[in-house]
Amino acid sequence: MQDAIQQIHSGVFGLLWPEMLRLPTWLVLTAGFVVGGALVLVWMALMALAWTYGERRIAGFIQVRYGPNRVGPLGLLQPVADGIKCFSKEDTVPTVAYKFMYTLAPLLVFLGAMLPFAALPFSQRLVLADMPLGLYYVLAFEAIEVIGILMAGWAPGSKWSLYGGMRLAAQLLSYEIPMGLCALVIILLSGSLNLGEIVTWQSQNAWGLEHPWVLGWAIFRSPVTFIAFVIFFVAGLAASKRAPFDLPEAESELVAGYHTEYSGLRFSFFFMAEYTAMYVVCALSAVLFLGGWYGPVPMPDVAPDSSLAARWVELVGLQGLQGDLSMMQKIVCAGRTLCEALFQGEGLRILASEAIGLFNLLLKAFGLYFVMIWVRWTLPRVRIDQVMYLCLKVLLPFSLVCLIWALIQVALF
Amino acid sequence: MGCAMSETVSPTPIRQDSLRTEEMLINMGPQHPSTHGVLRLVVRTDGEMVREAWPHLGYLHRCFEKVAESVTYAQVVPYTDRLDYLASMNNAQAFCLGVEKLGRIEVPERASALRVMVAELNRIASHLVAFGSFAMDLGAVTPFLYAFRERELIISILEKISGGRLLYHYPRIGGVARDLTPGLDQEIRDFLKQMRRVWPEYNALLSENQIFVKRTANVGTVTREQAIAWGLTGPCLRGSGVKFDLRKAQPYSGYEKYDFEIPVGEGAKGTVGDCWDRYWVRMVEMMESCRIIEQALDGLPEGPIQSKVAKVLRLPLGEVYVPCENPRGELGFFIVSDGKTQALRIKARGPSFNNLSITHTVCQDVLIADVVAILGSIDIVLGEVDR
Amino acid sequence: MKIDEIHARLLKQFGDCAIAPLAVPEAGDPYITISPEAFHAVCRWLRDESEMAFDYLRLISGVDWTDRFGSVYHLYSYTRGHSVTLHVDLPREAPRVASVADVWPTADWHEREAYDLVGIVYEGHPELARILLPDDWEGHPLRKDYRMPEEYHGVCNV
Repeated sequence: MQDAIQQIHSGVFGLLWPEMLRLPTWLVLTAGFVVGGALVLVWMALMALAWTYGERRIAGFIQVRYGPNRVGPLGLLQPVADGIKCFSKEDTVPTVAYKFMYTLAPLLVFLGAMLPFAALPFSQRLVLADMPLGLYYVLAFEAIEVIGILMAGWAPGSKWSLYGGMRLAAQLLSYEIPMGLCALVIILLSGSLNLGEIVTWQSQNAWGLEHPWVLGWAIFRSPVTFIAFVIFFVAGLAASKRAPFDLPEAESELVAGYHTEYSGLRFSFFFMAEYTAMYVVCALSAVLFLGGWYGPVPMPDVAPDSSLAARWVELVGLQGLQGDLSMMQKIVCAGRTLCEALFQGEGLRILASEAIGLFNLLLKAFGLYFVMIWVRWTLPRVRIDQVMYLCLKVLLPFSLVCLIWALIQVALF
Repeated sequence: MGCAMSETVSPTPIRQDSLRTEEMLINMGPQHPSTHGVLRLVVRTDGEMVREAWPHLGYLHRCFEKVAESVTYAQVVPYTDRLDYLASMNNAQAFCLGVEKLGRIEVPERASALRVMVAELNRIASHLVAFGSFAMDLGAVTPFLYAFRERELIISILEKISGGRLLYHYPRIGGVARDLTPGLDQEIRDFLKQMRRVWPEYNALLSENQIFVKRTANVGTVTREQAIAWGLTGPCLRGSGVKFDLRKAQPYSGYEKYDFEIPVGEGAKGTVGDCWDRYWVRMVEMMESCRIIEQALDGLPEGPIQSKVAKVLRLPLGEVYVPCENPRGELGFFIVSDGKTQALRIKARGPSFNNLSITHTVCQDVLIADVVAILGSIDIVLGEVDR
Repeated sequence: MKIDEIHARLLKQFGDCAIAPLAVPEAGDPYITISPEAFHAVCRWLRDESEMAFDYLRLISGVDWTDRFGSVYHLYSYTRGHSVTLHVDLPREAPRVASVADVWPTADWHEREAYDLVGIVYEGHPELARILLPDDWEGHPLRKDYRMPEEYHGVCNV
C-alpha cells in the first residue's frame, strides 16, 4: 500500500498538479493511510453491524423461532434500530467509578479489536499495511483488549464487574499461548511471518502439484496442521470470549460480567469489539490455515508484481500532457485514466483477481463465523477452572506436539 | 400493636463476618437471572470459591395461610394454584384431597382419572421448565426454547380443559370442574407422540453433552442421609438414591391402578446425588408421566365428574394432612377444622421450602458457577417457598 | 405400625405424665399430645428406636388454638412406612418448647417459620430468626389476635 500511495502521488497527482510534488513524503503517506484506514474502518463497522443481525437471525432459526424480522424488510434494518437505541441511552457512570479508567476501557477494547485490521489482508493486493511481521503484529495487538477489559472490570467499582475482569484476564492470556504456538507451526512450514507470503505458500507446490488448488491449503498438507487449525480455532473462540467460553459475560451468573455497569454508547463499543474480534480470529484462521484468498474459486493468472497503481501511472504518463489544463480537465483526465486502468486489459484481470480473492476469503471467514455462532447457541458454558484445564492441560500439550512435528518436518524435508 | 408478645427474642441480624481482605460478601438477587424467582442468596466468597451461601426468603410471601383462615374451603382452592405456579393442578389436587378426607367426601372415578391425567400433564410441563431453565443457567440457551415448544402444546391442552394457561382452578372439592371436550383425547395423544419423539433429541443435545456433564456431575452432591435428614422430597430425594414416591408409597386418586417406574439417581455420570442425577430423574419422570397419561386416557371410566358437595362446606372437627407427589416433591396441606365453614389453620408444606434448605450445606467450597448449577438442579419455585 | 400401637409404646417408654391419651377427633387423623418438657427426649427416641425409625420430619406447624398455642409435627419413617402426628400444647403467655433441629436438621427452617408467623420460641435452636417476614417486622401474623400495622416503612396499609 505504501508503494501504491507513493506511485500515485508522484505519477498521477504529481503530473497533473505539479505543486503536490513539493509535499513532504510523510504527509502524503499519512493522507493515503488515513483514506485507506477510513475505508477499512467503515468496512469493519458495517460488517460487525451486519453480523449482529446475522447472529440473531441464525440463533432464531436454531431455536425454532423467527429472529428479528420486523424492522425493515426481513428485519435487515435491525442493527440500525439497535444503534439508535444504544446512542440514545442515558450515559450512566457509577458514583464510585474511577472515571478515567471507566472512559478509557471501552476505547482500549475497541482499539485492540480494530488495530489488527491494518495487517489483515482482504485479497492479494487489498491490504492496508503489508508488513513483513504481519502475523506478529496481529497477535500482539489483539492482546491490547486484555488491558481494556481488566480496566473495565476494575473501574466501575462493582463486584460483579471485577469477577468478570479477573476471569477474563486469566482466560485471554492463557489461550493466546496455544494460538501463538499453532500460528508458529504455520510460520515454520511457510517460512514467513508475512500473511501474504503465507497464502502464496499455500497456493504452490503441494502433493506434487504446482497448482494444488484446495489441496494446497495448510490444513490438507499434513495431519499436524489440521490439528493445529482445530486448536487455533478453539483458542480463538476462547480469545474472543465466545461461547462456550463466554464466562466473562455469563449473563445468568454475573448479570453481565465486566460490562454490567456500562450502558449506551460505551456498551456498544464492547459489543462491536466482540464481533470485530471474532472476525479477526476467523479471518486469521482462514488466512493461515484455509488458504486465505486462494481457492475454492480459481483466480485469473496475474503477474504478482503488476499493480493497478502502476497501470494508472503508466496511462497518465501516456497521455502526454502539455501546457496548462484547467482543473476540470485535470480531474477528467485522472478519472478517465483510472477507469481505463481498472477496466481494460491487464487491469481488468487484476480487478477480477482481487474480487474473486476477496470473495474466497470472505467465504471462508464468514463460514467460520457461522460456525462460531452455531457453536454458541448449541453448547453450555464451560466453568472457569475447566476453561483453564482445557487450555493448559489439553490444548497446550497438543500444540507443542504439533510444533515439534513441524520442526522435524522442516528440518528433514 | 395488637399482639401480646411477652418475650422478645431479638432477631438475629444477617450474618456479617468481619471481612478479611481477600473475601467478599456478594449478594445474588432478589433480582437475578438464575435464582429462579425472587430469592436472595448472600454468598461469602474467597476469589472464585464460595465459602458459604445463605438463602434469604420471604420476597414472595403472600400470606396464603392467613388468607385461607378467612375464606371458605372452596374459596381456598384458587389460592392453592398460586403456590407452585408451575404445577397448579397438583397443588389444588392436594388441597382437595385433604378436604375430601376430612369431610369424608367421595370423589367419582372419572374425576380421579381426570385429576391424574392433568396432574401428570402438569408434571411434564413443570419438568420441561426445570430442564429448560437449568440448561439456560449453564449457558445453553437453545434447549430452553425447545422445552417451551413442547410446553406450549401442554398449556394449550390444559387451556382447553380448564380455561387457564398457567393457573387452572380445575380440581374442585369433590371432583373436577369440567369434563374433556371432544377432540381433546386425540390432541393429548398427538402430544404424547411428539413428546416421545423429541425426548431423545433433548438427551442428545444436553444430557450426554460433555460440557454439561462436566458442569453437573460430582457437583452439589447430596448424600442419602443428608437428603432424608433435611427433608428433601421429589427428584432431589430420588436423585440421592432413595426410591420413594408418594404415588407408590401412599397412593391417592387411583395411582395404584397405573403402571409406572420410579427413576432413582445411580451416579451414572459421577456420584449418586449430584446435579446430573437430579436432572436425569426429572428427564425420566417425564417419560413415565407420558405412560401414566396414556393409561389414564385408555382407561377413562364413564360417570360424573363431581360429587354432590354443600355449597358452603362445613367440615367436622379434626385435622388432616394429605401429602401428594408434586413435580418438586411432597406437597401437603395440614388442615385443621374447628367445625366452621372456614378452617382454623391451613399450613401448606411446600417441597421447595425444604429442598432449598440444603443450599447452605451443599454450597460450601464450591465455585460460583456451581452455585448456579446447584440451584438449577434443585429446581425451586419461590411461590411455594414463601407462600 | 398403627398409631395406637405407637401410642402404646410411647406410653410404656415415657409414662403418662409425658404422653397424653390418644386423641381421635371426629374426622381426620388421630394424634398424640406430648408434654413440652419430655418432647425432645420423645423425638430423639422416635428417631433412634429401631422399631420406630422416624427419620423424616415432614413439617412443623405452629397453630393458634385460640386458648393455647400448639406445635404440630408430622413424622414419617422411610424404613418402616408408618407415620405419626405429634402435638405439643403451649401456654399463650410463654410458648416455649425445645427445638428438635439437632434431631432432624430439617426442623431448622420449619421452626423459624413457626416462630416468625406464630411466635413460638424454640429453645436451643441454632439461629432463631425470622425467615419469611422482614427482620424488623413486629408481631406474629398467624395469631388470632394479630392486627395489621397501619404502615410499614412509609408504605400505608389502605
